[in-house]
Amino acid sequence: MKKSINILFSLVIAAGLVGCNNGNDRKSSKAQGGLASNAAERVYVAPGELDEYYAFMSGGFSGQLSVYGLPSGRMLKVLPVFSQNPENGYGYTEETKPMLNTSYGFVPWDDSHHPDISQTNGELDGRWIFINGNNTPRIARIGLQNFKTEEIIEIPNSAGNHSSSFITENTEYVVAGTRFSVPIPQKDMPINEYKGNFKGSLTFISVDQETGRMGIKFQLIMPGFNYDLSHPGRDKSHGWFFFTTYNTEEAHSLLEVNASQNDKDFIAAINWKKIEEYVNNGGGKMVPANYAHNIMDEHTHIATSTMLKEVLTVNPMDVPGAVYFLPTPKSPHGCDVDPTGEYIIGNGKLSADLTVHSFTKMLDAIENKKFDGEAYGIPILNFEDILAGVVKQPGLGPLHTEFDEKGNAYTTFFISSEVVKWKVGTWEVLDRQPVFYSVGHGMIPGGNSRKPFGKYFVALNKITKDRYLPTGPELTQSAQLFDITGDKMELLLDFPTIGEPHYAAAIPADLIAKNSRKIYKLAENKHPYASLSPADAKVVRDGKNVHIYMNMIRSHFNPDNIEGVKVGDKVYFHITNLEQDFDVPHGFAVIGANNAEMLIMPGATETLVWEPKQVGVWPFYCTDFCSALHQEMQGYVRVSPADSNIELSWSLGED
Amino acid sequence: MKKAGIIMIIGSLLLLGLFKFPLWNIMLGAPQYPDPLGMDIYIQGIEGVEEFDIQNIDGLNHYIGMKTIPKVEDMWEFQVFPMVIGIMVALGVIIGLLGFFGKVSYKWFLGWFILMSILGVMGMYDFNLWLIEYGTDLDPKAIMKLENLDGTPMTYKPPLIGYQKMLNFDVDSWPATGAYMIFVGMLLTVVAFFVGKKESQKVS
Repeated sequence: MKKSINILFSLVIAAGLVGCNNGNDRKSSKAQGGLASNAAERVYVAPGELDEYYAFMSGGFSGQLSVYGLPSGRMLKVLPVFSQNPENGYGYTEETKPMLNTSYGFVPWDDSHHPDISQTNGELDGRWIFINGNNTPRIARIGLQNFKTEEIIEIPNSAGNHSSSFITENTEYVVAGTRFSVPIPQKDMPINEYKGNFKGSLTFISVDQETGRMGIKFQLIMPGFNYDLSHPGRDKSHGWFFFTTYNTEEAHSLLEVNASQNDKDFIAAINWKKIEEYVNNGGGKMVPANYAHNIMDEHTHIATSTMLKEVLTVNPMDVPGAVYFLPTPKSPHGCDVDPTGEYIIGNGKLSADLTVHSFTKMLDAIENKKFDGEAYGIPILNFEDILAGVVKQPGLGPLHTEFDEKGNAYTTFFISSEVVKWKVGTWEVLDRQPVFYSVGHGMIPGGNSRKPFGKYFVALNKITKDRYLPTGPELTQSAQLFDITGDKMELLLDFPTIGEPHYAAAIPADLIAKNSRKIYKLAENKHPYASLSPADAKVVRDGKNVHIYMNMIRSHFNPDNIEGVKVGDKVYFHITNLEQDFDVPHGFAVIGANNAEMLIMPGATETLVWEPKQVGVWPFYCTDFCSALHQEMQGYVRVSPADSNIELSWSLGED
Repeated sequence: MKKAGIIMIIGSLLLLGLFKFPLWNIMLGAPQYPDPLGMDIYIQGIEGVEEFDIQNIDGLNHYIGMKTIPKVEDMWEFQVFPMVIGIMVALGVIIGLLGFFGKVSYKWFLGWFILMSILGVMGMYDFNLWLIEYGTDLDPKAIMKLENLDGTPMTYKPPLIGYQKMLNFDVDSWPATGAYMIFVGMLLTVVAFFVGKKESQKVS
C-alpha cells in the first residue's frame, strides 16, 4: 500500500514538472533516448558481430585520427598522424621520425580537424583519408589498406590550416586554406599594417590516382581575410570550390568585436578548373618557399623527408573570371554543398538564419555581371541575385550542414545546442533535437558527397558537462548518434571521443574491411637493416654506433644476448618481425630508453635508438603478449665501461 | 564393347585430376584462429591453404616438439606417387583403347580396378604411417610436454579421416577434390566392367 502511494506521488510530481515547466522539455527528451524506443537494440552490435560503418573522427588537439564503429560507438583504433605515439613508436623510431619533420624542425604534435575520404565520381571510394594539421600547416594522407599515415605535406605561406582538408569529387585535389592571413612571403613588419598587406593562401594539392602522392599544384594568393571552411562543388558545380571567410573587415586586434562588424562576409567561389588550365599553360609565378614533404615507403618501412624550395603562386587578378565573392551574412563558418551541387549553404555563425546560395543563379549573375562592387579587384556578386532561399529562424549559431539522400539537410547549432533538419528547396524546418552540449560539426556517412548514406547522424559536441561520470576538471568530449531514417531524428547513443573531434567522415564498412592488410610480406621487405632469416642476425660496430640486426618470432629475440656494447655508444636496435601470421605483432622495450617502445607488425622492420649511460647488464623484452611464452621473450645487453676492450659478441640458445 | 572402353578411358583419365587438385585436406581451427590454418596434401607435396599456413603450423607445432611439415625433398612418396598415378592412367587408357577395339576382355577393366584399389589402400596405409610418425616422434626438448590422464605422453597424430579435438585445436581431416575424382574415376572403371560384360553378352 505504502509503495503504491509512493508511486502515485512521484507520478504527480513528474506530471507537474512536465506540465508547468517548459524549461524541463530538454530534461525529459534527454531521458527519452533509450526509453521511448528500442534504441539499445539499434546500437547493439552483439559480441563477434561487426559494425556497419567505419567512422573516422578527427583527434582535435591530440593531433591524431580515431576510428570508431557505428552504430556501436566502439573505438577501434587511434591512428597516429601528427603527434608522436609512444604506444607503437610512431614519431620515435628512426623510420617514422622523418614523418614529423617540417620547415620549423621536428614538430611532434598538432591540432587535427577535418578528415575527408577519397572519392570517385563524387562517391566515397575508401582508398585514402586525408586530414589537416591546423597549427603547423600540414596535410596527411592515411592509406586505408594499412590504416597508416603514408604521407604528410607541409603548406607554405599558410597559418592556421583550417579550411582544409577537403577533396574534389574525383580526388583530383586536396584543398587547404589558411585561417590566418599573414605576410606572404613572411617578413618582419608592424602588425597594425595588416590591412591590405597580409594575404590568405588557398592551396590546391594534386593527388596521384595510383600512388596517392601529393604535390602542391598552385597557391591562390587571396585578400587578407580569414578563410574558415570550404567544400568542393559536386556534380553540376564540380570544378568550383567554395570557401567561407570572416574578418573581411581585416581587423588585426580584438577580432571578436572588430571582425564582427560587417553585416555580410563572403563565400569565395573559386573556379579551380579555370586556374588549373591557366597553370597548365604556364601561368602563375614560381616563388621561393621552404616546406617539407614526408613519404613513408611501404617496402622499406622507412619515411623520407624532402625539403621543397619553391611553390607556384597565382594572383586571382591574373585569371579573370576565376574568383568571385558571394555575400553571406554574419561571419559564416561552415560552407556546405548539397549532393546535387546546386545549393551552397553559408552557416552564418552570428546569424539566426541560414543563407543558401544557388549555383545556377551564381553562374547567371556572373554571366550578366550582376555585381555589387568588388574587393581587391574581385567581383562581389549581388546578394539578392544569387540567393536560393533562407531557412528562417532555425536556431542560433549555425555551424555546419550535412545531407541525406532524400533531400534533407541537417544543420548544427552551437549556441542553441541542437540539430535542425530542414528540407532543401522549400527551406522548411522539419525537426529539431537538442544535443548535449553545443554541437560543432555533424556527420552523416557520405554526407558531404554525391551519395550520402542517410541512416545515422553523429553530433560532435564541444561541451560534455554531466554526460558521463565526472573525471575532474578535464573531461572527455561527447559524440551523439541519431537515427535519421524516420521523419524525426531519434537520439540512440552517447559515446566519448578522443581529443576534441572537429569533423568526421564515415563509410560503409564493406568498402574498406575487405582490403585491410593482415601482414606485411617478408619477401617484400626492402629495409636496409632488415634481418629476414635467423641466419641474418648480427651486430656490427661502426665507431660509436652499434647496429643490432635482430629478428623476432614466437617466442624469442635473435640474438637475445649481446656483449661488447660500451657506455657512450649509440645502439640501433633494427628489429624485424619474422611472423607471417595475422595479429601477431611483437613489441620491443629496453630499460632506460629515452624515447619509446616499438610495436613491430609481422614482416616489418623498425629501429629504436638506445644510448646506454650506465655500466651493467640490461634487459629488453617483448611488450605485446604474443604467445604462451611471451614472458620468456627477453634478452640482455651487457654494457661495459667506455674504455673496455670487450669485443662485440651475440648469441641465442647457447649455454 | 565400344561404350565400356570409352567409360574405362574417362574413368582412368579422371585420375589426372590428382596432378591439379589436392588429395587430402587437414584444417586446424582454434579460438585464436577463427580463420583456420590448413594444409592441402597433393601427390607431389604439401601446400598451405593460405600463403603462410605451413609456416604458421610449423611455428605452432614447435611448442609441442613436432617436426616441421615435410618439404618435397623430404619424402620419397612425393616422387613415387606421381609416377604410380601416371602409369596407372596410361595403363587404364591403353586397356580402355584395347577394349574399345575388342582386343582385350572386359575382365581387364576389373583387373585395373583391383590393382588400383590395392595401390590406394597401400597409399592410405603409408599416409597413416606418416601421420603416426609426425604426431608421435616428438622433440625431447619440446617446450610443452603434455601427458594424458593416465600419465602417458600426449601425442598429436591428426585423424586419418574425420574430426578430432587436439588441445586447443579442432582438427578436420577429409578427402579433397583429387580424392573425389579418383573415387568417381574408379567407380567408372567398375561401371565399364559391367557395361563391357553386358556388351559382350549381347555379342555372344
